[in-house]
Amino acid sequence: MTPPAAGPDSPLVPGVAPAMLRSRHLLGIEGLDAGEITLILDTADAMKEIGTRSVKKVPTLRGRTVVNLFFEPSTRTRTSFEIAEKRLSADTLSIATATSSVTKGESLLDTVRNIEAMAPDMIVMRHASSGAPHLLARLCRSTIVNAGDGMHEHPTQALLDAFTIRRHKGRLAGLKVAIIGDLMHSRVLRSNLLLLKTMGAEVWTCGPATLIPTGLDRLGARATTSIDDAVQGADVVMMLRIQQERMHGHFFPSVREYFSLFGLTRARLRRAADDVIVMHPGPMNRGVEIDSEVADGPGSVILEQVSNGVAVRMAVLYLLAGRESGGGEA
Amino acid sequence: MPLVMDADRMSRALTRIAHEILERNRGLDEIALVGIRTRGVPLARRLARSLREINGDSVVTGALDITLYRDDLMRHPVGPQPVVRSTEIPFSIDDRKILLVDDVLYTGRTIRSALDALIDFGRPRAIQLVVLIDRGHRELPIKADYVGKNVPTSVRQSVQVRLQEIDGADEVVIEGES
Repeated sequence: MTPPAAGPDSPLVPGVAPAMLRSRHLLGIEGLDAGEITLILDTADAMKEIGTRSVKKVPTLRGRTVVNLFFEPSTRTRTSFEIAEKRLSADTLSIATATSSVTKGESLLDTVRNIEAMAPDMIVMRHASSGAPHLLARLCRSTIVNAGDGMHEHPTQALLDAFTIRRHKGRLAGLKVAIIGDLMHSRVLRSNLLLLKTMGAEVWTCGPATLIPTGLDRLGARATTSIDDAVQGADVVMMLRIQQERMHGHFFPSVREYFSLFGLTRARLRRAADDVIVMHPGPMNRGVEIDSEVADGPGSVILEQVSNGVAVRMAVLYLLAGRESGGGEA
Repeated sequence: MPLVMDADRMSRALTRIAHEILERNRGLDEIALVGIRTRGVPLARRLARSLREINGDSVVTGALDITLYRDDLMRHPVGPQPVVRSTEIPFSIDDRKILLVDDVLYTGRTIRSALDALIDFGRPRAIQLVVLIDRGHRELPIKADYVGKNVPTSVRQSVQVRLQEIDGADEVVIEGES
């Protein structure tokens, strides 16, 4: 027998498992299983088409209010979330801390409680402290989406990276992915590593010994200081930005030396698979971690990542909105 | 579990509808078939095939997913969230006659969503509705232009359309007590 329909005239397909996210929040890739990640990526596939229409808008989140609360500078992520929210017809507003009462000394929790008093449905937040969104998820009513917390996680970035890889390679399992650069300070690395391991990819990480955190092997990644070993036969090469703003101390002698040892150049990329794709979460430091020739070269999917970010964030917002309204809470 | 339609009758109903489409529209020049996911899509393709066999002209077809336009999407007290699938309309719908195709017409809410979705793609000259089964119990002022079969039902029953392309067999059955 077919399962009961979700509503009148339901288009639900019999035999397809009821798919939803288990959590009401998206705080990190940690805690998502392979089924949930696949659900987000499949939903993003459908959302991508909306961006190709002349009217790039669907009424799904009409009447919902989403607040984008950015305690750290961001162009790409904030714009991407805003566009995703608008394409789903949510009412959105963005608060950047430089212009907010945070500069007057208000605490994080007080800021958020005041925003909550105006009854938003979701808060998309970026904060320099690892774990800040987790704190809010415990203490607030709204659905919280982590748009990057300190050196911890950046889940939507890892999802859009996986989405981009899947569109090029057709799969994630069994691929060799090399992640190269500032491993120590990178939330993009942590989220990507968790996601790629969950989906069965082989992950190599590479950076100067001073920027390799301990415990990478426990997360299932190979760590090396040789970029040639990391790139050898790789299907995907993902470069990470050198995060000067998080570096308190000296991790390498000079930018020029860093580029000569760890910069991705065309010569180095020749060791990779013939159909290798080159990724970067942005913002890029050209001539530091990546050569312009590679960044703008044939295998580069860096701008595609940015386009895909909108579809992936639409998928996340849609799936979380369904959880928030009680869908699946049987 | 009464069988309302077997493979043979389904095929005859679709052929009849194809003839009616030709009769009412005098030629297929500006016509496009758009199936509503899931089962409207193979039905639209079959109609396109019938039209080609009868008339020799090919008709463009598309697939429409209405999930993001549903009026009950964020209102489910319980139950799973519908899966979003992609919409594929690889042609301009401006000034075309669109034949919207679905398997079962019931409350009319799916069709309401589909009309909203279609109109976001442009301004068709006309939209006509094709359904394989009309089971009654409308909640909105919506009526089909072409009907494979009218089937009186009670609201406690469910109508299951099974198609070769998806379910491995062509049949329509009514489930549940009347």
